[in-house]
Amino acid sequence: MPRLVGQSFKRVEDPRLITGEGRYVDDVQLPRMCYAAILRSPYAHARIRNIDTSKAEKAEGIVAVLTGKDILGKIRPLPCAAHPVPEMKTPTHYALAVNKVYFVGHPVAVVVAEDRYLARDALDLIEVDYEELPPVTDPQKALQPDAPIIHEDLGTNLAFEWKIEGGDVDAAFAQAEVVVRQEFVNQRLIPVPMEPRCVLAEWDAGNRLLTIWTSTQIPHLVRSLVAGMLHLPENHVRVIAPDVGGGFGQKLQVYVEEALIGYLAMTLDRPVKWTETRRENFMASIHGRDQVGVMELALKRDGTILGLRYEVIADMGAYYQLLTPAIPTLTGLMLCGAYKIPAVRMSKKAVFTNKMSTDAYRGAGRPEATFLLERMMDLAAKELGVDPAEIRRKNFIPPDAFPYTTPHGITYDSGNYEEALNRALELVEYEKWRKEQQEARKQGRYIGIGISSYVEICGMGPSKAMPAGGWESATVRVEPSGKVVVLTGAHPHGQGEETSFTQIVAEELGVAPEDVMVIHGDTEKVQYGIGIFGSRGLAVGGTAVYIAAQRVKEKARKIAAFLLNVSEGEVESKDGTFVSRHDPSKFVTWQQIAAAAYDPKNYPPDMEPGLVATAFYEPSNFTFPSGTHICVCEVDIETGEVKILRYVAVDDCGKVVNPLLVEGQIIGGIVQAFGQAMMERCVYDENGQLLTGELTDYPIPKAHNAPKILVDRVETPSPVNPLGAKGVGEAGTIGATPAFINAVCDALEPLGIRHIDMPLTPARVWKAIQKARQP
Amino acid sequence: MFPAPFEYHAPTTLQEALRLLAQHGDNAKVLAGGQSLVPMMKMRLATPAVVIDLNRIADLSYIREEGEVIAIGAMTRHYEVETSELLKRRCPLLSECAAHIGDVQVRNRGTIGGSLAHADPAADYPAAILACDAEIKVINPNGIERVIKATDFFVDLFTTALQPNELITEVRIPAFAPKTGSAYLKMEQLASGFALCGVAVKVTMDGGAIQDVRVGITGVAPKAYRAFAVEDALKGKSPDPSTVEQVAQHAADGVTPLEDIHADAEYRAHLARVLTKRALLKAIERAQAS
Repeated sequence: MPRLVGQSFKRVEDPRLITGEGRYVDDVQLPRMCYAAILRSPYAHARIRNIDTSKAEKAEGIVAVLTGKDILGKIRPLPCAAHPVPEMKTPTHYALAVNKVYFVGHPVAVVVAEDRYLARDALDLIEVDYEELPPVTDPQKALQPDAPIIHEDLGTNLAFEWKIEGGDVDAAFAQAEVVVRQEFVNQRLIPVPMEPRCVLAEWDAGNRLLTIWTSTQIPHLVRSLVAGMLHLPENHVRVIAPDVGGGFGQKLQVYVEEALIGYLAMTLDRPVKWTETRRENFMASIHGRDQVGVMELALKRDGTILGLRYEVIADMGAYYQLLTPAIPTLTGLMLCGAYKIPAVRMSKKAVFTNKMSTDAYRGAGRPEATFLLERMMDLAAKELGVDPAEIRRKNFIPPDAFPYTTPHGITYDSGNYEEALNRALELVEYEKWRKEQQEARKQGRYIGIGISSYVEICGMGPSKAMPAGGWESATVRVEPSGKVVVLTGAHPHGQGEETSFTQIVAEELGVAPEDVMVIHGDTEKVQYGIGIFGSRGLAVGGTAVYIAAQRVKEKARKIAAFLLNVSEGEVESKDGTFVSRHDPSKFVTWQQIAAAAYDPKNYPPDMEPGLVATAFYEPSNFTFPSGTHICVCEVDIETGEVKILRYVAVDDCGKVVNPLLVEGQIIGGIVQAFGQAMMERCVYDENGQLLTGELTDYPIPKAHNAPKILVDRVETPSPVNPLGAKGVGEAGTIGATPAFINAVCDALEPLGIRHIDMPLTPARVWKAIQKARQP
Repeated sequence: MFPAPFEYHAPTTLQEALRLLAQHGDNAKVLAGGQSLVPMMKMRLATPAVVIDLNRIADLSYIREEGEVIAIGAMTRHYEVETSELLKRRCPLLSECAAHIGDVQVRNRGTIGGSLAHADPAADYPAAILACDAEIKVINPNGIERVIKATDFFVDLFTTALQPNELITEVRIPAFAPKTGSAYLKMEQLASGFALCGVAVKVTMDGGAIQDVRVGITGVAPKAYRAFAVEDALKGKSPDPSTVEQVAQHAADGVTPLEDIHADAEYRAHLARVLTKRALLKAIERAQAS
């Protein structure tokens, strides 16, 4: 049988998805099902004086109308899983607002009706008497003494302060021959998964069993938390996440609506469905990024980096969601990037504002770190008059330094940063473009070249470093016919693990890929698991699958030895059979072994029947993918338009199970980074109104915007797991933003432009050019 | 997104549609391609009590040659305008402009009459309609038809010269004269695909001089407009690039540009000037090559 692992095997999930046979939560229809609609605050900050639901209750087809007061004490507040510092201030997060609303979109009341239209109509009949309060929208102003306090019981808008430090930072800056300083905005983004959130709940009163279908990345964690919120034993809650139309971290969450819809199904004893509208998704599902800070880099005149410091204000939004406080800490972990930086410090103030919570969005804290550092490397190169490739090369952690521990205690597993840089320079034809750039400048054309050499932290992660467990589970179950079922706790939502896990199991067991079925996303079918986020699907989830498959194979080998009447050591696995090494005529098929395991008449006397194994894999460390991306662009200085002429990505995600999936993830990730770099910005006005509340005002890259990308790889296997895999789900998003910005800033250098904040829309680029031209 | 309740009518003849419009008056909204009305209804920004759907009136959809005029039925889809061989030959500006509208799905449903009646200040068609000096034929429930010149049609933000009881039946475009070239250039609002600025130019050459020129600009002002200052300054002139560049500086004269989170007034006015220059140069080049 040809090898499967390492091959570009076509995605097994695609036929159903591209023919419309996928099954999403909103496709699930149940008898007697009714529909919920949620009334949301039109104000960013207001006191609720009174809510009159009487007209709504009398409207056609209404089953129930509930407000925050009706459910007080019945649904526990939503917990947050991340606690970076013990003195962190935590607001109470009720499912529906009780006395105050804290952001536009804050749930205030819920209507349940016989159909979606009637539910929506009834929202207009609820009368809420609000007393408007002054909102806090600017995170920097949130800490001023005269700023309105959002959570009055906390007495401050400062959620917490956090610091990470390694090496002697002050000494590094005292010794510095050059200090480069820059303010940066990592703007607020909206994740925009294609499928908005959707929740359906059904209450089985006889068994006191609540089933919740929800579009989530983490079905088991949703079960644990929602059970607690609803005062139910965990084994009386079943969570099903069927096909999920993208998550990007926005569904690495437990949301109040999941508990609320569950509560409604229980109390009404009818199935209740709620499907988020796109506008609700924009207002009330988590946003990403939103850091404003200043970075300083201390260097010697020869380009050697001595130290780095970053002071930042991170906008939490009005509440914490599942991991809100932890996201900017990931920025701190990766501040040293690909370089030997002997001293590093990040000081963070996390603040509350009257906006939707921020949380994990593809990359989660690491794109911020890469963006800051890789912009600084270019600024330092310009300051010192050296080539941006050279200053990187000079400071790279060398390949023989791994495992390498940063001054603040992060241990990188493996890497070869210079190899990726060299390969990218070669593929992009760096020298040729530098010459072209010079020629173009003579003609008044502005070409720029931007390099980004990144390292990121993923394969999340060892449990001791994770808020809610960092392991993953898998069961490999061989049925009596020899067909194989894989139950994975790593529930994918678009990445393609049904395919990569099939490849791993089929190869390990020597069965045909079509004989393997991967099942996930149902807490009643699959043993407890953590889920897919932080690029952990393959490195952690895949390793659990691999270990479980090995255990099944070992048992099968023992059964084979017994059936062949030879010693275990004499049996080898070959093309779906087990064969005697010495006598190839003696073999048993996989089907014969499976049959023997379930009908154990002729069977090893001391062996349990059945052919199933479960593995819980705990990684010893994170993994650290890396790479170099190079962008070549031309700026039309008359309009501010940026045209991407060439984009090369050379990534190291460790050993690759499926190059097709890797390429798809890299390209998708880069396009998402292109969105942040060039297009996207979530805008609230000073009253806290969300101005980018629809896809007509919030731009995401479309096919015609996306640059053409040349993808290549270098490979340093991770020593952390037996697959040697590192992870690739976020690498593109993490690595790419500074390549775009560096390219544009490089192009505009002759005009005296040093930095432009993202996104580099034509309007912003043009403004920067106008400003630079002012005398 | 769920619209408020509404009464729905789908007449199969123009007469029936006009009768319904007379009956329901201001309570009614006319549904053509629905690419603006339906989203507005779903967001409850529009809550008409009655919707009159024109999609089943078959004889409002056509593109035909009537001597020196191309007549386009109001319910003709953008895709049909974009791909019409007749238009590409006799009025390529309209096809080029239609190709810039929305995306494939929008072009498959959206109609020329619907777009003009809606008068979105950032829609593409108005620029080309103005540059082509088109006429818009309308009818009221009494069967009285009138023809409105493009320059009179766009009145203000989402406001046209159309009376509440009138329907657009046809758009009439003069066919290009010999030695005529045109171009439509646009800077997109990145999210919606609408124009931050769209400039349509039609130029007719006479030997080495510009005999006639029309410039229609959309996206910049509350309504699409003709850049008369540019046109007047170019007529009879030789089309050298420096003249064009100089004249194009007047593309936003007398206009109060729109401002929003995507672009401020200064950038929109600047785009009007730059895109006018570029569209003029392109159109002149095409005219000279024709």
